[in-house]
Amino acid sequence: MKPVALWIAAAAALYAASDDSFLIRGAAVYPVAAPGIENASLLVLDGRVAEVGAKVAAPRGVRVIDGKGLRVYPGMIDSATEVGISEIGAVGVTNDVRELGDFKPQLRAGIAVNPSSEHIPVIRANGITAAMAIPDGGVIAGQASLMRLDGWTWEEMAVKLDAALHLNFPTITTRRFPAGAAPFSEAKRDYERRLKQLDEYLEQARRYRTAKKAGGPDFRTDLHFEAMLPVLEGKVPLMVSAVREREIKAALEWAEKQKLRLVLSEVRKPGAMLAELKAKQIPVILGPTQDLPLDHDDPYDAAFTLPAELYKAGVKFAFGSFGNQFSRNLPYQAATAVAFGLPYDEGLKSVTLYPAGIWGVSAEMGSIEKGKWADLMVTDGDPLEVRTQVRRLFIKGKEVDLESKHTRLYKRYLARP
Amino acid sequence: MTKLPWAALAAGITLAAAPPIVIQNARVLTVTRGAFTGAVIVKDGKIAEAAEKVMIPPGARVIDAGGQYLMPGIIDCHSHIAADSINEGAASVSSMVGIEDVLNPDDISIYRALAGGVTTANILHGSANSIGGKCTVIKTRWGKDADGLKFEGAMPGIKFALGENPKRQGMDDGPAGSRRNLRYPGTRMGVEDVIREAFTEAKAYQARWKEYEAGKARGETLIPPRRDLKLEPLVEVLEGKRFVHAHCYRADEILMLLRVADEFGFKIRTLQHVLEGYKVAREIAAHGAGASTFSDWWSYKVEAYDAIPYNAAIMVRKGVLVSLNSDSGELMRRLNTEAAKTMKYGGLTETEALSLITINPAKQLKIDDRVGSIEVGKDADLVLFDKHPLSSYAKVQKVFIDGVVYFDRDKDLSERRLLELNKRKLLEKEKQSAPQQKKQDRRPQ
Repeated sequence: MKPVALWIAAAAALYAASDDSFLIRGAAVYPVAAPGIENASLLVLDGRVAEVGAKVAAPRGVRVIDGKGLRVYPGMIDSATEVGISEIGAVGVTNDVRELGDFKPQLRAGIAVNPSSEHIPVIRANGITAAMAIPDGGVIAGQASLMRLDGWTWEEMAVKLDAALHLNFPTITTRRFPAGAAPFSEAKRDYERRLKQLDEYLEQARRYRTAKKAGGPDFRTDLHFEAMLPVLEGKVPLMVSAVREREIKAALEWAEKQKLRLVLSEVRKPGAMLAELKAKQIPVILGPTQDLPLDHDDPYDAAFTLPAELYKAGVKFAFGSFGNQFSRNLPYQAATAVAFGLPYDEGLKSVTLYPAGIWGVSAEMGSIEKGKWADLMVTDGDPLEVRTQVRRLFIKGKEVDLESKHTRLYKRYLARP
Repeated sequence: MTKLPWAALAAGITLAAAPPIVIQNARVLTVTRGAFTGAVIVKDGKIAEAAEKVMIPPGARVIDAGGQYLMPGIIDCHSHIAADSINEGAASVSSMVGIEDVLNPDDISIYRALAGGVTTANILHGSANSIGGKCTVIKTRWGKDADGLKFEGAMPGIKFALGENPKRQGMDDGPAGSRRNLRYPGTRMGVEDVIREAFTEAKAYQARWKEYEAGKARGETLIPPRRDLKLEPLVEVLEGKRFVHAHCYRADEILMLLRVADEFGFKIRTLQHVLEGYKVAREIAAHGAGASTFSDWWSYKVEAYDAIPYNAAIMVRKGVLVSLNSDSGELMRRLNTEAAKTMKYGGLTETEALSLITINPAKQLKIDDRVGSIEVGKDADLVLFDKHPLSSYAKVQKVFIDGVVYFDRDKDLSERRLLELNKRKLLEKEKQSAPQQKKQDRRPQ
């Protein structure tokens, strides 16, 4: 045998044995970053997208999947969840979301993600292949981790353990539970005190950085400030919840002063700050679009139209479900936004391409492009439609089981005599 | 300001001498009699005609619904909107209180529910007690007063609750501070006991009254028994004059309640939430109880950990009368896509899915002679969607109750600027009067 033939034979044997190489033939492929192609083929080799096109030759030995009547999309990314770090909301011991203390940048949500959580198979059965696990509580809550929804361990699941640092930016809170209302002046004093604490904390982190660089004999490692270094250097963004115009304005001014990179989340009433967000290119993670209006006299569809408003203003955004049980409804959040004015393609991008960009992993996921991981959902229709079924799911090119606790109980009790 | 500016929308609403309305060129989803493309004629608040071809009555207002979808008004069998208070939690049996007394017609949730196509809702007491308060069925007639909200002639109800919620206040394992003021029951055993004790009392009370009525009929002069406002609603339950809507989750407690009801000879009208209903669907169907559930809620507490989105579909397939509810002012606005989820999870048909939010809850509340489908003679409670209501992209365009437009998206959009102006004026007025206000507020601490 000639060397080339030998190589092909060896490759064929290799792909036949591997479970992360395949060719889907005759499907409609929606790469998201480019227009959809009807009756296309998609080749995945070693877990990555190798080729997409009308005609793609299958290397010998590669498994061929008939894609007739099916559509292929990149898997969806939920940009804010408690997946894996909270199992049963009402049972404290199953929750690992909120650690004690006010400043804890050293905490990493990803290492507390339980790969055996029943939520994971439930969520991915709806086409979600990656999710941000966000810690909460205190001022600096900890590091939010981008996790792929497949793996034997959290380590295998982790895409980026330090995708962002979650900061609960101080707010002027007059309404308090259970003590009732506080006067505005008191609430403002309290706000200013907490803001000062935050500034001092950052100042200390900067001094730590200087001290570390100087490297004197008395220098001691501090895990808190060590975790702040990538934030100070702009390598890790701060994910900051800011709901109303006043809070957004304060957060933006503060970040400018501190020279920090921001991702805003839970934005609800940005008002005049939209232009600023666009000018400063600050991306936004939108809270559940299917939320009630924030104030009594807001238009009934205020939350539904917000994504379209952001789009029109040129602000980049992605959707988050901010929980675990409704993460599977992520595509329907996007659909509601589309019903109320967001262009369809933007809706789809805000659960795929845009979150990948915001979390700094667009070279790896978020669209079907050569070289990216094959995180794919195969559906029988538009994935934003409730009635559409996800037929197959691939994470890093490996086919993932769509069974879950829910399908198991369904089958068991449907068969009960 | 007693009413929000939204009330202005309802200002023009009058029933007197309203001309007939013809909604034509619509895709009409009747729910009970198939779908067709044609027209619905509304006269005197009722559906006068529904057919592919109709004669337009003289003087009729014609609405061209070309390409749009008309379906019966959505019915939510479990809601707490328009109520100023929900739980009377001090007693384990609080059947003496009722939602009817705390209806709040100014609750903006009514308008938001309307904007989601809901025209009828079962307003329930909360789930803090084994036997809770009395419930009221309303129509979402935004702009009417509390009496105007009530669904005239609808059967009154009462809330029961099983499981974690009613036993929460009796559990002795909380942090030290919460162990004070423990209230019986603290277990599912205790919940059953509370219900059995209450109905044992109610039976005795009922017997005392029967004895009295019988004696009076014989011409005897008797002192009537002392009225007991807690037991009266339970006697109504025993006599089939008041429906039981029971909050429940786990299969064991569902079965327990069905057996207690059997023992005392009354029926459970609906099991609410009933997230493990799929495990005892056979028993539920045999008792004749309806089931009103969520589409896909789960895992928020232990008793919801075995909840599955296939629950509705399994129960339908096993012969239970099923509806989907919201229990939330938010979810209430999109029950149409909640219904669509039962097609995804469990493969219900379009009509079956739509039934879960229309005719089925109407049957559960025994108002199906009035609402729940598009049929001649029924109330003209109708929703016009721009797309098929089971699509994620469908938006409510118009909502009719008793033939009156209570929500109109175009009108809502066009009036926003005016509302904003009015709001600014009010704020300005408030600012100007502020100093004076301050003086009045000064009072001893």
